[in-house]
Amino acid sequence: MIAIQNISKSYGDVKALNSISFRVEKGQLFGLIGPDGSGKTSLFRILTSLLKPTSGKATVAGFNTVTDYKDIRKIVGYMPERFSLYMDLTVEENLKFFATVFNTTIRENYHLIEEIYQMLEPFKNRRAGDLSGGMKQKLALSCALIHKPEILLLDEPTTGVDPVSRKDFWDILKKLQKSGITTLVSTPFMDDAELCDEVALVQKGEILKMDTPQNLANGFPHKLWKIVSENNYRTLKVLDEFETKISAFSFGNSVHLATGDDVDEQAIVNHLKQHNVKLISIAIIKAHIEDVFMDLMSHEKGSS
Amino acid sequence: MKTFIAFVSKEFKHIFRDRRTLIILFGMPVVLVTLFGFAITTEINNASIAVLDRSHDSYSRKLIDKISASGYFNIKSELQSFNQIEKSFSNGKIKLAVVIGNDFGKHLITGKNAEIQIVTDASDPNTANIISNYLMAVFQNFTTESGVLPPSNLKIDTRMLYNPENRSVFMFVPGVMTVILMLVSAMMTSITIAREKELGTMEILLVSPLRPWVITIGKVVPYLLLSIINAITILLLGLFVFKMPMHGSYLLLFSEIVLFILSSLMLGLLISTMASTQQTAMLGSMMGLMLPTILLSGFIFPISSMPVILQYISHILPAKWFIIIIKSIMLKGTGFKPIAFETGILAFITIVLAVMTIKKFKIRLE
Repeated sequence: MIAIQNISKSYGDVKALNSISFRVEKGQLFGLIGPDGSGKTSLFRILTSLLKPTSGKATVAGFNTVTDYKDIRKIVGYMPERFSLYMDLTVEENLKFFATVFNTTIRENYHLIEEIYQMLEPFKNRRAGDLSGGMKQKLALSCALIHKPEILLLDEPTTGVDPVSRKDFWDILKKLQKSGITTLVSTPFMDDAELCDEVALVQKGEILKMDTPQNLANGFPHKLWKIVSENNYRTLKVLDEFETKISAFSFGNSVHLATGDDVDEQAIVNHLKQHNVKLISIAIIKAHIEDVFMDLMSHEKGSS
Repeated sequence: MKTFIAFVSKEFKHIFRDRRTLIILFGMPVVLVTLFGFAITTEINNASIAVLDRSHDSYSRKLIDKISASGYFNIKSELQSFNQIEKSFSNGKIKLAVVIGNDFGKHLITGKNAEIQIVTDASDPNTANIISNYLMAVFQNFTTESGVLPPSNLKIDTRMLYNPENRSVFMFVPGVMTVILMLVSAMMTSITIAREKELGTMEILLVSPLRPWVITIGKVVPYLLLSIINAITILLLGLFVFKMPMHGSYLLLFSEIVLFILSSLMLGLLISTMASTQQTAMLGSMMGLMLPTILLSGFIFPISSMPVILQYISHILPAKWFIIIIKSIMLKGTGFKPIAFETGILAFITIVLAVMTIKKFKIRLE
């Protein structure tokens, strides 16, 4: 459904995208994972035909993003990074307006947004500007869905939204996927990534790795330890001097330490003890996608 | 068509739900007209003056009576000596002092030079000029009426055509209408489009089957309607509150007003294609349109007394031509023919702006 071939985008001297290529198959839920400034928004704007790539070619549902922009604009549902709604129009007015813009009516495609809109219904006469972040996001998604798009392009839809609403949102995306809609979604959150069929990890305009979340996590090349101690910060500092360490990052209330296969638990415990770190627990764990990303990023830093 | 109507009605909702917009749209015309009508005026009524009469004879008395009876002046004080003149001025009590020389009556009768001195406060040169002119007219009257001087061979009779009383309303009603229409049409449209860009809704509108002309015309139509309402309001105020005459055809006047509104709307659209935030749109239309309109259109300062460069600049301002047109229709009652040239220029400017806007309209973000 989406084919991206060697797309590059530069703004003056700044390279936002550096020869990116990937494909999204029909019905897939594809995740673009990366920190702010990694070029995700530029890619979305190229796919929605809002920007022309500096070089390379992209097609959406077979339409070229540069030459067939009119066709693309009929079949994509786009949710930009900020929730772009009319804050002074009510929930219902916003939805009605976008339905009319796409030559359809709310009733015609109500089944698509029914579930989301039911949550919004109590507020339908409230102005969009007075909604909470999660509600705004649901309204924006409803507006993007109202014309029954073949492809949904969602640029960081879960940024600025509380965790419960975020979970709701992903449930909705999963359901939409079942009805056959292809979705490309970007997010800076790693736990969102696991819900995608396939993810691409992007950093500085390049794809570091692309696979299913499962394969990515399984492909973590090191032994991974989860260390819980009384003071994460101190533990991290002490581990800096641990000679066989590959990487160590803070994860919530624990530290994830990657080491070579030959390192055993005793060596780590001894090292921490020597430096007076009060250890609570230590265990080997399976890598999470975030570990993979952190690992890849640290290589990037090391090489540059 | 359905999408177009939806777009226009959405636009009206934006306008009526934003208090700031409403104030600019409907408060501004009334405030400006009233301001210009009552406060900023170039007419003289009851200007405070002082008189120093050094002859105290029947002729000087008569002259002073004449001055105070004219209605333009209010004699605040009768002074006794020259020293008091300066003081009265520095107190700010008076705008002008009249000094009647010694033996005024005697000199008049014997045909010698009877002397009158006018002292004005030139820290406010406009007023000083105008009231001394008024006063000169009073003197002229006095000498002919009292028959003291043999009527001279050369008699100058100035008649002010189309505005015999030299009333400034005739000037400011067209002027204010021009400024308001410019403000509403150009500034407001450029701001609303910039707002869509700023809020990111433009991004969604672009990624939709909406045609560019729907977006553009949909933005313009509401402001066209509101501008027409504004023009009518100002006209009514001018006609009924300030007694501005209307000698020409209403249909012609109305068509010219619509043409001018269209040219301003095009200007607004052009600005909006270049401005990406509401702030720049506002500053752009303020600096680029409002100031030239007020200063260079001939509304306040006569174009003929401007430096040559500014005169050239004034030629490309739609406002200049519109003010000429509107005055011709209202005051002189001219038909289309005498203003065909001005109308042609206005239409030409409008078309050029429209073409530029269409060329510059972006179907993408860059």
